[in-house]
Amino acid sequence: MPEVKMTYILFVSFALFFIGAYGFLTRRNMITMLMAVELMLNAVNINFVVFNKYLYADKADGLFFTIFIITIAAAEAAVAIAIIINIYRKFRSIDAEDADTLKW
Amino acid sequence: MEISAFFFYLISSMILVFGILTVTTRKIFRSAIYLLFTLINVAALYFYLNYEFIAAVQIVVYVGGIVVLILFSLFLTHQVAGDLPSPPWQRLVFALLSCLFAFGFAFCLVMKHSFPENKNAPINLTVSYIGKQMLNYGDGGFVLPFEVVSILLLAAMIGCIAIAFKTKKNA
Repeated sequence: MPEVKMTYILFVSFALFFIGAYGFLTRRNMITMLMAVELMLNAVNINFVVFNKYLYADKADGLFFTIFIITIAAAEAAVAIAIIINIYRKFRSIDAEDADTLKW
Repeated sequence: MEISAFFFYLISSMILVFGILTVTTRKIFRSAIYLLFTLINVAALYFYLNYEFIAAVQIVVYVGGIVVLILFSLFLTHQVAGDLPSPPWQRLVFALLSCLFAFGFAFCLVMKHSFPENKNAPINLTVSYIGKQMLNYGDGGFVLPFEVVSILLLAAMIGCIAIAFKTKKNA
């Protein structure tokens, strides 16, 4: 049984979430933006697991939600990469500023 | 310092350092590799918290699936092995400030909140228990989200093929 306090692990997960948010705000390459989103999803998963372990150890809801989030993250990454490859075929670039056909 | 706490500090510092490197490096392939190390360390954190099944799923899906997918798409879409252009300093400063303030605000809320103590006995999260709960339609079962997620995965798979399919040009 780890003896680390819960707030320490929450510090790590919050910091990881805002690192991901920072990457999402600064990057303009679509694949690196996708990587930043994956970091944020991982931070959310850590939060679910920590709350399940430290606060509700008699239930398993956090664990199941983590499994479902990982599954949906895999589906999301696959769809996003399919869209990015299609955009690359059309614009010859994966910069978010270059895909501006819908921009008025 | 206890050995268990030492491992926690080691794992979490690795998570944060590699996470920061993922979002700040200017070389896109290095960014993907740093993401790989971050995800492995998150799996190590799950092992540390005794959630072995989640750690295994994390390694199989993220490290074995998503990072490989990202690397493939980098090879497919990245023409030159050059550096990414540096974003304008206004965007860097404002993103950094907003993230720092949001982090401070959220973490202050967590520090002030007093979490309820749980008095019930913890259950043993074995893989057989997880499998039974996943297909349990009674109280506390997760069969409905399980089925919804399986339909979603099927839809995502068909959608990926439909989107990325190369349409033949009419000659």
